[in-house]
Amino acid sequence: MNRTEGRSRARGAWNTAAALLILAVMLFPVYWMISTALQPHTSIASTDLIPSAPSFDNFSNALDTQGGSLVTSLIVSIGAVIVCLTLAAPAAYGLAQFGLKGGRAIVFGTLITQMVPGIVIANALYSAYAELNLVNSYIGLILADASLGLPFAIVLLRAFMVSIPTEVVEAAMVDGANRFTAFVRIVLPMSRNALITSGLFAFLFAWADFIFALTLNTTDDVKPVTLGIYQFIGAHVSDWGAVMATAVLSAIPAAILLVVAQKYIAAGIAGGSIK
Amino acid sequence: MSETTTRTEPAAATAERAPRERKGVGRRRLYQWLFVAPALVYMLAFFGYPLVRNVLMSFQEFTPRTYFTGESPFNGLDNWRGVFDNELFGDALWQTILFTIGSLVGQFTIGLALAVFFSRRFHLSGFVRAVLLLPWLVPMVVSAVVWRRIMDEDHGILNSFLGTIGLSGDGVPWLSSPSVALLSAILVNIWIGIPFNMVILYGGLQEIPRELYEAASLDGAGPWRTFRSVTLPMLRPVVTVVLVLGFMSTIKILDLILALTGGGPADSTQTLGTLTYQLSFLQLDFGQGAVVGNVLILISAAFAVLYLRVNRADSPGK
Repeated sequence: MNRTEGRSRARGAWNTAAALLILAVMLFPVYWMISTALQPHTSIASTDLIPSAPSFDNFSNALDTQGGSLVTSLIVSIGAVIVCLTLAAPAAYGLAQFGLKGGRAIVFGTLITQMVPGIVIANALYSAYAELNLVNSYIGLILADASLGLPFAIVLLRAFMVSIPTEVVEAAMVDGANRFTAFVRIVLPMSRNALITSGLFAFLFAWADFIFALTLNTTDDVKPVTLGIYQFIGAHVSDWGAVMATAVLSAIPAAILLVVAQKYIAAGIAGGSIK
Repeated sequence: MSETTTRTEPAAATAERAPRERKGVGRRRLYQWLFVAPALVYMLAFFGYPLVRNVLMSFQEFTPRTYFTGESPFNGLDNWRGVFDNELFGDALWQTILFTIGSLVGQFTIGLALAVFFSRRFHLSGFVRAVLLLPWLVPMVVSAVVWRRIMDEDHGILNSFLGTIGLSGDGVPWLSSPSVALLSAILVNIWIGIPFNMVILYGGLQEIPRELYEAASLDGAGPWRTFRSVTLPMLRPVVTVVLVLGFMSTIKILDLILALTGGGPADSTQTLGTLTYQLSFLQLDFGQGAVVGNVLILISAAFAVLYLRVNRADSPGK
């Protein structure tokens, strides 16, 4: 008895060691990004494996040149989240609870939209944007970026709202609320977690957007950080420290999401794509 | 899903009501549609319109001249001929196939291996699994830029590592040789895709009933036999979904390649996605760009049909 227990404990330790090795290999590029960012004045040739004299010079340099882009990314991403949730929440509720004729076709269509390549959308959108004066505008990019999270949000929220008992809403309506106020006061608070999850993903999708940022802007008026970093490697490849510092800054939302919403993410990936 | 119950319930309720209330019912229906309408309008504008417009554009002369004259006359099959006569199209198609299949095989096998590994119970299993998601969450452009630095032929850490362990004396031209660059792009994309495959396959593994494994071990099946006869068959629906979703997201990848190699060297990493971008936004021939985009959509649509059939066949209860 004791021996098998000891053996399984040893095996557990081996597994943990193997897991940490896998983690080290998989996350090496992330480590390398941070390590390079902490080494100031690195010539293109020499980068130490472990920064001997870490400094934040590159970060202040990156903030000077890319700070504006980070703010732009923030504005665009938050805008996209607002558009996305404002559209998705009522739609998901309608599709989950009203049994609308044609509702199935809409859910089907929502799934299909996830398969349309972004460059195809950009291709057609550009000429429409040109006519509507939406090229180089915040609102134009926000609207386009909302499309990245919307199908996902609808599918995820609908899957959640299907399980809200109709009686709960009906009870509120008996008390004199109409459908809409019942939705706002009862359904939305109940869906808090699903709303947070889809909002976080909508933020991340918009933050990571590159195709729309690249194609729907012809000047530097609206330049998110993904576009900034892309132009950066074209222009100043010699200053890798600053490039990596920008990369670290632009990876921060992902890192925060991972810490804050860890348990929602796996559920979100699986839920949004399969169900 | 309880779709069927929610679907029939209101319908039954309407049928029982008196005819004079029908008008009220109609108004209620209209009111209910108002919940869905904004999202519907948005989706028609941002998905439906581009799909239709792209088909039209592929038959239109849409060149830099259009921006001066404002005219985009229909030109029949000229754009299609132009694209199919372009040697680069064949190359891009072939490289898209290689990139997609190579990425999928790599992402899936490593993702599955990790999913099986993390199904064991041990310390830190959940923590490590969560942190492993980071590569998937970081913007793809950012990952590509970091890998560009790592894979630098002369100064990249990858080559100095390979040199240190004696595997490669004079450095692999990861991104600078036309014969290696596509492989490098595939390797980076495998790295990006592993977490996604791992998470979904891990979820699938958790739903396989424990009893099946107990039965297998009572029958004296070894680990490999159990994997082949229990795990793989039970996992099949999830496997199909992962592969189809992976296919559809891989075939349209653009940002990774633009930031990693820019389609080069010597067009060796051009794909249908980058070619669409190049034709439309660099050569400003939106008509020809639309043609390549349509080809991309046709390929995706074929897989979309497959996905929906699989999804319907496999998850009637869910």
